[in-house]
Order: sequence, then C-alpha cells, then structure tokens
Amino acid sequence: MTAEEKPLTGLVEKTRGVVDMPAYEAGDGYSGARAALVSMTPADVVELVKAANLRGRGGAGFSTGLKWSFVRQGDDADGGVKYLVCNADEMEPGTFKDRFLLERNPHLLVEGMIIGAWAIQAEQGYVFLRGEYHEPYRQLRRAIDAAYAKSHLGKNIFGTGFNFDLRIHRSAGRYICGEETALLNALEGKRAQPRQKPPFPPASGAWGRPTIVNNVETFCNVPAIVRNGAKWYQGLGKGDDSGTKLYGVSGRVRRPGLWELPIGTTIREIVEEHAGGMREGYKLRGLLPGGASTDFLVEEHFDLAMDYGTIQAAGSRMGTGTMILMDDSICPVDMCRNLEHFFAQESCGFCTPCREGLPWVEALLTDIEEGRAAEDDLALLERNAMFIGGTTNTFCLHAPGAIEPLASALRYFRDDFQAHIRTGVCSYRAPGGAAPG
Amino acid sequence: MAGQSVSRSQPSRRKRVLASMARVNIDGKDYELEAGQNLLHACLSERLDLPYFCWHPAMGSVGSCRLCAIVEYADEGDQRGRLQMACTLAARPNMRISIQAPFAADFRKQVIEWLMENHPHDCPVCEEGGECHLQDMTVMTGHSMRRYAGAKRTWRNQYLGPFVGHEMNRCITCYRCVRFYRDYAGGEDLEAYGSRARMFFGRQDDGVLESEFAGNLVEVCPTGVFTDKPFSKVYTRKWDLQSAPSVCPHCAVGCNTFPAERYGVLKRVTNRYHGEVNGYFLCDRGRFGSHFVNHEKRVRHAGVRGADGVFEANGAEAALANVAARCAGALVGIGSPRASLEANFALKQLVGEENYCPGVADDEHETLRAALEIYRKGGFRVPSVTDVERADAVLILGEDITATAARVALAVRQAVRGVAFDMAREAGIPEWQDAGVRGHGQAAQSPLFVATATPTRIDELATATRRGAANDLAGAGFGIAHAIEPSFASGTQDDFTAAAAKALAAAERPLVITGCEARSPALLRAAANVVWALRKQNKKAALVIAASEANSYGVALLGGGLNLAAALLRMREGEPALVLENDLFRRVPAGDIDLAHAVVLDSLETPTAEGAAVVLPAATYAEQTGTFVNYETRAQRFYQVFEPAGEVAPSWRWLAEIGKRRERAADWPNIDALTAACANGTEGLRRLTTLAPEAGFRARANTRIPRQPQRYSGRTAMLANVSVHEPKAPVDAETPLAYSMEGENAGDQPGAVVPYVWSPGWNSNQSVFKFQQEVGGPLAGGDPGVRLLDDESGSPASYGEPPATEQRNGTFLAARVHDVFGSDELAGYSAPILERAPAPYCILNPDDARELGVADGGGVRIEELDASVQVRVDADVPAGLVAVAQGLPGGPLLTSHRVRLAADADFTPRSGGDPNVIAKG
Amino acid sequence: MAEPALIQVLSDEELREIEEECSHLPDRKSAAIDAMMIVQRHRGWVSDESLAAIARLLGMSLESLDSIATFYNLIYRKPVGRHVVMVCDSVSCYVMGADGLRKKVEEHLGIELGETTPDDRFTLLPIVCLGACDRAPTMMIGDELIGDVRSDQLAEIFGRFE
Repeated sequence: MTAEEKPLTGLVEKTRGVVDMPAYEAGDGYSGARAALVSMTPADVVELVKAANLRGRGGAGFSTGLKWSFVRQGDDADGGVKYLVCNADEMEPGTFKDRFLLERNPHLLVEGMIIGAWAIQAEQGYVFLRGEYHEPYRQLRRAIDAAYAKSHLGKNIFGTGFNFDLRIHRSAGRYICGEETALLNALEGKRAQPRQKPPFPPASGAWGRPTIVNNVETFCNVPAIVRNGAKWYQGLGKGDDSGTKLYGVSGRVRRPGLWELPIGTTIREIVEEHAGGMREGYKLRGLLPGGASTDFLVEEHFDLAMDYGTIQAAGSRMGTGTMILMDDSICPVDMCRNLEHFFAQESCGFCTPCREGLPWVEALLTDIEEGRAAEDDLALLERNAMFIGGTTNTFCLHAPGAIEPLASALRYFRDDFQAHIRTGVCSYRAPGGAAPG
Repeated sequence: MAGQSVSRSQPSRRKRVLASMARVNIDGKDYELEAGQNLLHACLSERLDLPYFCWHPAMGSVGSCRLCAIVEYADEGDQRGRLQMACTLAARPNMRISIQAPFAADFRKQVIEWLMENHPHDCPVCEEGGECHLQDMTVMTGHSMRRYAGAKRTWRNQYLGPFVGHEMNRCITCYRCVRFYRDYAGGEDLEAYGSRARMFFGRQDDGVLESEFAGNLVEVCPTGVFTDKPFSKVYTRKWDLQSAPSVCPHCAVGCNTFPAERYGVLKRVTNRYHGEVNGYFLCDRGRFGSHFVNHEKRVRHAGVRGADGVFEANGAEAALANVAARCAGALVGIGSPRASLEANFALKQLVGEENYCPGVADDEHETLRAALEIYRKGGFRVPSVTDVERADAVLILGEDITATAARVALAVRQAVRGVAFDMAREAGIPEWQDAGVRGHGQAAQSPLFVATATPTRIDELATATRRGAANDLAGAGFGIAHAIEPSFASGTQDDFTAAAAKALAAAERPLVITGCEARSPALLRAAANVVWALRKQNKKAALVIAASEANSYGVALLGGGLNLAAALLRMREGEPALVLENDLFRRVPAGDIDLAHAVVLDSLETPTAEGAAVVLPAATYAEQTGTFVNYETRAQRFYQVFEPAGEVAPSWRWLAEIGKRRERAADWPNIDALTAACANGTEGLRRLTTLAPEAGFRARANTRIPRQPQRYSGRTAMLANVSVHEPKAPVDAETPLAYSMEGENAGDQPGAVVPYVWSPGWNSNQSVFKFQQEVGGPLAGGDPGVRLLDDESGSPASYGEPPATEQRNGTFLAARVHDVFGSDELAGYSAPILERAPAPYCILNPDDARELGVADGGGVRIEELDASVQVRVDADVPAGLVAVAQGLPGGPLLTSHRVRLAADADFTPRSGGDPNVIAKG
Repeated sequence: MAEPALIQVLSDEELREIEEECSHLPDRKSAAIDAMMIVQRHRGWVSDESLAAIARLLGMSLESLDSIATFYNLIYRKPVGRHVVMVCDSVSCYVMGADGLRKKVEEHLGIELGETTPDDRFTLLPIVCLGACDRAPTMMIGDELIGDVRSDQLAEIFGRFE
C-alpha cells in the first residue's frame, strides 16, 4: 500500500516519529479542512461523508455522515450552541488504536474535527481523553496549540469567518464514559451514568444542546475523504465497507501490534502475516475480534473478512477491530472470569441487571474455575447471561456487551465449563500463573 | 372491566394539550390509554398489577430498576415479541403488549432475585415489614428461594437527624430517594455515592437532613432504608394501626393525612393522597408535628382552680357546674384558628356574635379580613397546590412560604421547572421521562421573583430577590402592578419590579403568593393589584394568600363582632370568658391577659390553661371529627382516629354542655347537625353541607368503613394488662367510619372517608393507585373537601395608593420570622420537631450589628419586648431592619413595628433544639 | 462566614487553573471533575478539606461533589504514596501473565493492592486496560507507561522512582 492508501498512518510511516505541524503540513496537512471550509457547504460535507460510507470506528459502526445529518441545520436549527465531541476515552480492553493515532498523528484528529465542526456548524469541540493517556495528552496538547498558532483553530479559520474552539477534557477514569451519553454526563462534570434515549445527542446532547460524538479513528478518516473524495475512499475497502481500518492483535503472537489495512482484510491474514502467527508452542483457540465486549470467534471463522457485516453474520461484532487472542494455554472459564470481573467493576451501578447480575456472574465463574461449583451452577450462569444479555433488558449496552464473550464461550467452550464442574479442577496451565519473563 | 374496552385515564397533569387516546391490546384485551403516556403509568391507571420500583407517579420514569418488564409484539403475527420496560415506552395506537407473558414474568422474578442478593432477611425486625413495596413485589413476582451464595454487602448507617432513620443494608438502589430529595425537593445534602454494586445513599457525613421534606423519604423508599424515627420508637405494624382520614393541623395548606393510633397513642402520620392539595407529599412539620397528641402536658381531666390556686379534678360535672355558675351572664368567647370550625361556631352561638372573637391578634385579624375581602372580590380562582405547580411565572411577596406553607413551596419548586417541560416537549421528550427532561432543560427555570424581609430557602431558585420591610415590599408590589397596568396606582419602581412585571406579563399562568405572616393588609392589597393587573392583560393570573394556622380562614369566615383587644379588656374588667384552644400568650403581651375568670378549653397545659379558673380537657384533632378551612377556603373534614382517654371530649361537646346549662341552649346531637347549623347559620358557608358523607352513609354491601385493616390483631388481648375481659369496641355514631376491622374500604367510597390505603397484593402506600381514578388523578370517589369561595368572575377595582415606607427614626423596623420547625404552636409540643427548633434569635445586617457592637452569635436586647435574643448576622437583610423569630419556645412576642436594640454583653445563648449539638441518638 | 477560609485551602495556582476551566464551560458545576483532578495533580489526592473548598468554589454541596468524586476510578479520596503504581488486570495483559506480574510486584513492594508502602513511596492499585495491549503485560507508575514488563526488571524499574 502507498502512503495515500493509508490515510491514517501513511504519514506516520514516512515520518517515523511523531507527525508534528511541519511534517503534517508537508504531507498536505490541513488541506482537507481548508477545502471543506473554503469551498464546501456544511451540507456538502455531510453528503460526502455519507457517500463515502464512513462508519463509526468506535465499535458500533453507525454511518458517520448519517449521524451528522441528524443535527438540525440552517433554518431548522435554533441558532444556539452545538458541540462536537471526540470520544478518546479508549478503554475497551484489548484496544490500543486511538492511543497510536493520538500519540503519533494528533493533527489528523484536529483536522478531522475541524471538518466535522464545519459540517454540523459547531463552534465548540471537546476531546474527551482518557485520564491515563498522558503521552497522548502531551502530543494532542502540542498539536492543538500549534493549530491555534496557525489559526486553524479559534476565530475566523482559513479566513472563512468560521470559529471553532477545541478543548481537551481529561477523564477521571471510567469505562462507561465510552458510552456516548455517559461521556456527555462526564463532560458536564457529572456522574457518568448513561442517559435515556431518545433524546439522542444530535437532538439533545452536552448541556442539552445538539451534539455529535465520534471516535478518534472516525474523525481521522475524514480529512482524506475530503481530499480524495467518496469514490476513492470506497475503493480502499475490500468488501462492502469503505476505507481502511486500524487492526490490532494482542496475545501470544510473534509480533503483537497495529496495522492499517484495507477494511475487510481476513482474520487469518492479520494474525498470520502481520502479527507473525502464534508463538512457538501455542495454538490459537479463539479470539475476541474487536475488544472485550465482542463474542468469541473460533477456528471456523479465521478466514472471515474483518468487516462489520461479515463478523456480525458470524455472531460477533467487529467492534474496535483490535483482536484479543486466546491460545491453548488459557482457560476459557478463567478468561471469562477476568472479563466479567472487568465489566462488573466498571458497571455504573444504575440498573439492576448490570449492577447485581454481573457480580453474580463473576462469582459463578470464580466458583467454576476454582472447583466449587455445583451442577446447577451452569444453568444458573446461563440464566443470568440470558437475562442480562438482552439489549432492552438493561439501561444501556454495557451489560449486554459484557455477556457477549461469556455467551459465546458457553457455546464454543462448553466442555471446559462442564469439565471444571465435573472434576472440580482447572486443567490449564495457570493463565498468568507463571510471571512473564 | 374484562373483555371490553375500558378506560379510566384522563390527561396527565402537566399536559396542556388535549390528550388523544390509543387503543392498546394488553394480554388479549383492548384498553383505551392516553396516547403518549408511559405504559407503566397507563397500565396502573387501568389498575393492572404491573410491578415496579423506580418509577414514581410524581417523579416519572428513569428506567433504573428494570422491574416493569413487559413483552411488546410488533403485530398480531408476532409470537415472540421483545422485552421492554413499560416505564420507558409511550402508549401508541395499536400497540400489543403482554404483562403476563412467561418471559416477562420470569425476567421480573429474576430482577427481584438480583435485588435479593444483598437485601437482608430482616423483615421481622424491619419497620417496613407488612407495608413494604419490596415485599409486595417479591411475592407478586414469585421469587422465594435464594440461589445466590455470596455474602451480603453491609454498610455503616448514618445519623440523619430526629426525623429519619437510616438502614443502608436494605437498599435496593432504586434511586428514588435522591430523585425525590435532590431533584424534586431541591435538597443538596443527600446523594448517591460510589458505583457498581456498591452504591451508598446518604449524606457526606452524619448530620441532620436539611430539607423540610426529608420525611417523605420514608414513603418514597420502597423498602426500609429510610424510616420514620419517632415511629420506630413506639413501633406498631401497619396492620395493627387504626387510622382515619384527617387534615394536618400545622398550617393553612390543609394537607390530607392519615394519623394512626394504637394503645391510645398517636403513632405516626403518613401522607393521605389528595389530587388537588398535597398529592403524594407532606412537609416534615406535618409528618412529625403530631406527637403533641401524646404529650405529657395533655389535659386529661376537667379541673377547677381551688382557693389554694391548685387545680382540682373533681369530675366533669363539677367543673361544668362551676362554669355554669360563673358564666350565667354576659360572656366573652375567644375562638381559635387551631380549633375546628364547628367548635368556633358553637362558641359563637353560645356567647353571641357580638361577644365572639376569632382569637387572633388584631393586626392578624385585620390581615385575614383583607385576605377574605380580596378572595371575595374575586376575579380569579384561588389556586390549589397542584395549580401552583402549573404556574409559569411566580412572584412571592412578603411571605417565607417554606416556613409558613411548606407544601406550597414544594409546589413552587415544581412550577419553576415549567420551562424545562416546555423545552422537552419542543424536543419531543415525553414529560414523564424524568432524566431526559432534566438533562435537556439543564438549569433552565421559569421566572421566580422573591420579595421578602429575610432570605428564604426558595431564594436559591429565584430569578431575582428583593428585601425590605412589609410596607416597602407592598410599595414594590404596587409598582409591579402599575408597570403591568398603568391605570393602577403606582408604587416603587426599580430593577426588581421592572423585571418581575415583565416576566409576569409574559407568562400565561402567572401566580402571586403572599401571606398573613407579616400582618400587613397593604402587602395583600399590593399582591391583589398585581393579579388584577395581569387579569386585565387576559392572563390566567391568580393569588395565594398563606395563613399560619390550620383554621385561620375558618375563623375569618365565621366573622365575629369582637376584636381581641376589646375581648381582653373585658376580661381584665372581670368579665368571664370561654377561651377555646388558644394560648393567648402567643398572641398578645402577657400584661394584657387576665385569666382570673377564664374557662379554658384546651388539649394541652398551655400557659393560658395554667392561668385559667377552669380547664376543660379538649380533644386534639386526632380525637374528634371536625372541619378546617385551608388557604383556598377549601373546607375539609378530619375524622376521629381514636377515642380519647380520660374526660377528654371535643370542644364543641363541652360547649354544648355549657349551653345546656345556659339560656342560649342549642341542640347539636352530633357533628353533622352542628356542621349543618354552621352552614345554615353563616353567610357564605352553605356549601359546608356537601363537605363529606353524613353519618348514615354506608359503603359497599351496606357496611361501615373500617378504621382498622383486615389483619388488625390482638383485639381481644391488647388491653389485657388493664382487664382480662375484652372491652366493647367503641361505637361511632357520628360518622360512617367504624372502630372495627369489619366493613369495606374498597376505595370507591367518597374520598373524604378513605381511612387508609391497602389493596390485595399491595400492602404498602403504593396501593394508592387502586384508590385513584387514574394515576396522579383524583381519588376514585372524588377528592375530599369543598371550596367555600370559588368565584372567578368579575374584574374588581384595584386598590389605591400604597402605604408610605416606614421611617426608622432611630429605631429598627421589626419583621416577623417564622420557622418551619418551632414557630407552630402545636408542633412545638412534638419532641422531634422541638429537637429541630432553633433557640430564639433575630437577624441583623452586618453594618447594624457592627454599629451595635454585637457579633454573630452574640446577644441583643430588644427594649420594647424586655427580652434578649441571639443575633444572626446576614448581609442579605436590609440595614435598619431586625427580623425577630416568632413562636419559638421561650422566644419573645413581637408586638411593635419598630424596636430599639442594644447589645447584651451578658447574653448566654440558650441551646436550641439543634440536634447536631445534642448527643446523637 | 467560613467560605473565604475554605477556599483559601486551595493554592493560587490551583484556583487559577480551576477558574480557567470554569471560563470555558457553560456553568461552574461542570468543572467539578476538572477541579478535583487539578487539585489531585497538585496534592496527590482529594482530601475532605480540598473537597469542601472545591464545592464552595463551584457553588455546589459537599454531597453533590463527593457523589461525583466517588464515581470515578482516578479520583483518590484517600492519601496515596509519591508514586501510584497501577498494574493492568484486563484481558490482554491477563493473557500475557498479568496475575503473575501483579504477585511479583506485590512481593517486590511488600504491599498488596490498595496499600501504600510504609515509606509513602508507592501505592499499588489495579487498573483496567491501559491501551497498550501490544506491549502486554503493562503497568503505569505515575505518568509513565511501562510495557512488556518482565518480573526480573522490577528492581530496575522501581529503582527509577524515588
């Protein structure tokens, strides 16, 4: 792939370090934003992004252009404040793609947000940044300061009369902040409980005003779309989806990492070619394709293309596109225990199934893993999973997401659960039992 | 109801557009529901049993508990459907849902099982047991066996003051407490802490809950986290309590209550739903004030003062003979705004109109008369509490309503949210979607202007505030009226009046609230002018005039030819007097009072009773049936909850007995006859006859209405410590209620005679929906009471020139301050209220304090009153004004509009009732 | 009366930073989280005294502010050591041996999760996925992210933090 076929990372590869303002400008930086603001109407931009078929890279895969079009414009708008928010609260376990973009190519995000702001006519933007992301904060801070210095942010951008201020909100840490309405509550300085929907943020978001929230990677795709057009962008993808995707692999592979590849690249290619395959002595048994809240995929799925539709058809979700690999040394029951511990801990505590159900699920998994479970406990676990997992059973999708890996593990690795209960022991090498190194 | 299309629904309260109906199929039957209403609300309005926790009829939906699960089907062909929470869905035409679908029922059962992971099995020792919504829902969903094997989480409880107990281990995290306390009532010191499965609800640290409405937590909490602390000390299960429909005796709002008794002790007071008055909530004075009924200073026997000055209780006959001898000739009758309308009427009949005085100080009497004059001039309908909630701009003129009419203040807190509801409607967010409305509206508030002498609790919501003495505020009121309607007399013009005039004139349903506490007829006239000015602009403006006692309006309506000063003069001249339930020392200086020939009828040994020649033991409101008239002139009947011990009898009975021994005998065999006589014998009170069903009324199956629930236990043994023979149950010949557990309290009888709420499967107060026409609507048999003045017609002439601003002339202008806890006489005899009452104090501007040489917390002497009080320094009080707390135990009575002050270096502060100071209990 | 004194708990620098945040927000209460994070950056944690001062400064009750404080993972309402050590326990690190690493760290520091060393040098806390899964197992000490942690490096790593 050439640099221009890698709209997200091409410049990073060329620069080899952080893409700073000179490097970014040398690579045609901010020309997309300039083109949008100078020669396109907001409606043009929305239409273009819609036509490019850019889908949200935060995990849900909703059409970005369509989302933007929900913000009332022109005569329909009430003339009040609108907000554009970047969800940079990367906290989905196994996900490390936004960190890369923020640390290495922060101007791309700034430019993407300028274009987004123009498209919805928002004059105030926020980057909702994970509190633990110190290096990303430093790089983004520098990029925003540099953009202000060049008047790419602030008043009268590119002499068009358009104003856009961009601020960083550093989160105080909570997975649920990744849920866009919880994020808005956190941005307002409140407890990050998700909100009842509708109203959706484009109608009533931050401080009750129309608000668009997009993921870092989503915004980063926008400048190249403006520069090169919808057709070009569509052409980057392999299947039905458009553009490239940052795919990542973690687990016992030879080269864990992150690669920008055409969206729709197969799992096997990503794992075998890019990540170098499994380490000596380990066999791949299953993987979570796009973060902790996605269903397991197993051997039969490894030749599938990593795109939204294909992975969904296989019973999972592409999610963030960063895979977590479960090798044959890992006990599926214990891995589920680890996952459910995370979700139970990060429950906001608002609705009953999530707040009270997930700790019970964790307790049942611990009992099974540690050989204390009774025969009925598997049925009890499945009953909990069924009732927690329905998407309308809980207030938001935190708990259904939590149940995805568990429900699929119960499907694919049922023998392991039963063997634990039957024998009262876990036959796997202690997963983290041996310290690394 | 089954098998046919039925509907009980009417448009919800906040709805300002005519609601359309939606035909919804529920478990195979068609129902006509209000389109757009949330399904849970609509299902309950149809009296369907759909479990819930977090939804509240007055607070809407948030969707946190997930208990009200139903299955929604896409169409007739859809057999599978989709699980949904009824509280989050709007009723739509052609909707098909199932409450009984096995999957939904199983899910609801699972929700209970989740909540029971941590809920303790302490029902036998929990105050909520037997009236616990969580118990009801657990039984209703069928969860019974514990499968969760983990340990239960535990918490350290907090001391929250004398009213509310805290037992966090029982919490099921429904968020109702904070939604009521913080979102609905505006309290800031109760919050949700932590997250995940470790949520704590309480204060930041031990301490008294600040809100005047904290007691509602007891009823809002679906289980036993927040409990009625005074009740806990004398605890009785709900099924063992005897209760009757009643009316709160602690201010003129007239909130409906259920006082409950056992063993001759008034155990507690809970909210009695009234669709137009108190709705679902009471203030803490009302809830916790009634323990005066059990006070050790209750007068239980008739007493005659002997030659040695000591009272002798030789029986009622002897006392009555003494009274008859004493009162054979001309006689002064001093009535009371805390006694029933019937007792006051009986007194007036007994002594003759020219000798009857309503028993309030003359300036208060004049103010009440001014209030009635305004109401009678009319031109507007006096707003009910729920009308107040619908106002879209509010001006409060001269009254601290949180102190004098707390329930109205709670309604004003809802009124200021009006604009947020408008914004939500604009954005397509249903009004019942509580979090959505709040999130979208953010800090947007409808206009509220507060003009008072001192800072008030509601100021925090005010668009603007203004301070001044009564005449100054009246001038501002005239100024606002003039700015709206230039043909009206002019008054003060300033930024405040200009902004208030503009906001009120821009509203559709502007509301003015004033009150009698300042004892200023001019203030009331100013308020009336504002309303009439707005009516001239075709606004649906209205006026609330608060008053401080339960029957202030009742005695004002009865009239009477004598004022208090004249009555007291006649007493000082040696004329005998009948003093009805009135402590004169709270109304006039002690020097004006001579009780040597006074016959005092009262329930408590007040200073007045202590000084009397004869004392007759009067029943409290809980021990008799009678009528109070609230600020709307709504007459409401309160019923005897239990028969009093000793010689205690309703005052009107004593007066009838005295009457029999005098020439002016009247024949009132029972309360109905007396009420009828009052209705027929008093101008403007004719409607009293439709107040409530008469004694002969019978409920379903020709039964009486039982004061005791069906599971009332121990009847044969509860008095075994006194006698092993089961006593005969008292017979109530006066009302349709019976001292029995037999009979029907089905909820379809007139609302005035619903003695408690309880329905099969619904043991808690949540059962109230089974007694309503629809959720949040009127009671099934109609909301109780009758409005005596209700004339919206006419366009009265405005009042003339405002009063001149008072000049200081080297003195301080004195304003009265009323405290919600402590200023009310009867509640002042209630131990938990007394614990909250502050020590007597006055409030001064910092400059004045500096000039006088007193610091905050120091003492100042009020020369005219010959008393020293503690000083509170507050920059939000105008210079030259001193606000003196009134009615507090041991506090001075303000009798002058101007006072001279001096620092009191020797002042030692008395400890008030602040429970933060005393040992924590 | 007590208000000025309470706000004086905060340094001029803290006040300046908080006011700067407030100036960019529609209302002062919206700065609640920012303000607590600012104070924590200066003092390591948010004491009751700091909390009260921030609440007064932003015009909210102590209860409202603590309700927010207790929701977030990174607001410390108890004192911490000079360096907060956070060992990732999420799934990618778990797969790469995070449980074992945590035990080694506990052994090395002589404390368990949630504890502070007696010399106030380190506080050990769990943390969810640090977003560096390609370098699992990971941990963070103060602001510094450390990936591919091997237990034989612990002495060297911790030695860098005084």
